[in-house]
Amino acid sequence: MMSMFEEQLHSMVPQMSEEGPSKEGASTNDYMIEVDNIKKTFGNGPQILKGMSVNVQRGETLVVLGGSGMGKSVLMKHIIGLLKPDEGSIKVDGEEITTMGPTELKRVRAKFGMVFQNAALFDSMSNYDNVAFPLREHRKDMSEADIDKKVRSLFDMFTLDADIHGRQFPSELSGGQRKRVGLARAVALDPQIVLYDEPTTGLDPITTDQVDQMILDAQKALKVTSIVISHDIASAFNIADNIIFVYYGEIIARGTKEDMLKCEHPFVQEYFKTWIDKNK
Amino acid sequence: MSDKSVSPFVRLIEALGQPVLSFIEGLGEYILFLRQVFYWTFKGPFRFRLLLNQLADIGYGALFIVVLTGLFTGLVIGLQSLVAFARFSAESLVGPATLIALARELGPVFTGLMVSGRSGSGMATELGTMRVTEQIDALDSLAVNPIQYLVVPRTIASMVMMPVLVSIFTGMGFLGAYFIVVIRSGTDPGIFFEQSFGMTDPPDFIEGYIKAVFFGFLISTFSCFRGFFARGGARGVGQAATDAVVFSSVAVFIASYFITELLQPFLHSNGFNALPG
Ligand SMILES: Nc1ncnc2c1ncn2[C@@H]1O[C@H](COP(=O)(O)OP(=O)(O)O)[C@@H](O)[C@H]1O
Ligand SMILES: [Mg+2]
Repeated sequence: MMSMFEEQLHSMVPQMSEEGPSKEGASTNDYMIEVDNIKKTFGNGPQILKGMSVNVQRGETLVVLGGSGMGKSVLMKHIIGLLKPDEGSIKVDGEEITTMGPTELKRVRAKFGMVFQNAALFDSMSNYDNVAFPLREHRKDMSEADIDKKVRSLFDMFTLDADIHGRQFPSELSGGQRKRVGLARAVALDPQIVLYDEPTTGLDPITTDQVDQMILDAQKALKVTSIVISHDIASAFNIADNIIFVYYGEIIARGTKEDMLKCEHPFVQEYFKTWIDKNK
Repeated sequence: MSDKSVSPFVRLIEALGQPVLSFIEGLGEYILFLRQVFYWTFKGPFRFRLLLNQLADIGYGALFIVVLTGLFTGLVIGLQSLVAFARFSAESLVGPATLIALARELGPVFTGLMVSGRSGSGMATELGTMRVTEQIDALDSLAVNPIQYLVVPRTIASMVMMPVLVSIFTGMGFLGAYFIVVIRSGTDPGIFFEQSFGMTDPPDFIEGYIKAVFFGFLISTFSCFRGFFARGGARGVGQAATDAVVFSSVAVFIASYFITELLQPFLHSNGFNALPG
């Protein structure tokens, strides 16, 4: 397994430029996303985010690693403004989103595409209508014929057939196919930022590789900034420029693939060791 | 909580206070939710197709049960009041009494119960499922407001369809009364109609329609609210559906009394409708 990592290590990886928040006024333009010390508690439960800070450069792919229940999805929902932090700041493309009202947030969300853990396709619509949905909502300039062309090209891009899979409903697809429809819907409006919540969890190794490849392709073709939540270290190393490791609401390690392998934090080492043992 | 040093009295207050507190908290969340529903009702775009779907689902879907329950309510009220009025030889009041009871109270309340059992549970289940499968988050992430997309059409459709269904219920109930009075006990139909319409006033019907619209609002917003914030997988969705039906049914009874009181001075302040005293 290690050799597979090393094989990938020689690939050029941009260094993460800063450990923490950009206090000393790094030019906002370098970063697509700036998360500064956000904290979140739901109701009177435990604190789920305990002060997280992370910056993502334009065009960078950041992978968020960590066990389940650690707060990875909650972090991601903050970045797209589905949740508001109790404290801290989140900037998207230089704009503070934590204080925005619904109308402004709507405008900022147009920059995002999000792929949900279980695809979250609208089960009352066909797969075709799912992919057409964002276009019909936001591209009033496009005719139904234009939309059809775009939807078909998206189905092609994710190796699905618009005439076969498009007519079916989400419940009729396999897990991997659903994820691909979710991916197509997420990139339909050519977003600048794509968030992937565990795009490969529960998929077989071949489909996992396909999804990884799609993330890389989407990355190259659309020049997007991506954040990918993952359980899967091989997959993470496949696609990441930078990695953060989340443990109970805190980022306990961050850096490039090399940094992660060298990381001496016991939880990180434990995670890697368990994963390698399991995948021998 | 289980600290021994805390007096039983304090623990009793705590035990009693907890449900009250969570009720007030829930009420606060519901009011915040309503504010959003109002905001997104008047902020476009207006989703005509979604509204049509909901109108068909709430109205057409409930048609059959409303026809049946309306007819049998009219039959049984007609029969019971026939028996009761016969004791003081006032059989001629059966028609108007049944019609007034249907128009003012039984129509809106029973239709409200049918709609909350059918559409209320449906709304809570559908929105709850969409919540736990992240479809509501997906709408948000696609820059479509889920309250505007999901809740507003259901609320408007319920408020529009309730009066329609109440009319059908009352109409069918009146048909039931006709059957009892005219066909079963042999009163002349002309006399039946003359008595029934002679003693009812437009305010009787207005009261029923005001209740119908309000119940439609109450049932749909509460059921959507409960589904919208459902948590905890299939169990949570089931709980949301149960709560939606139970709470909106109880709310219908409570609201009906208060609306009746409130409307009294406006609708029935003169003529033979006035309350004594
Ligand atoms: N809306 C919510 N309300 C209450 N608790 C939540 C909510 N969303 C997430 N949590 C809790 O936050 C913790 C982290 O969840 P999550 O971010 O989904 O974990 P993961 O790292 O597996 O994605 C979990 O304990 C979860 O129960
Ligand atoms: Mg998660």
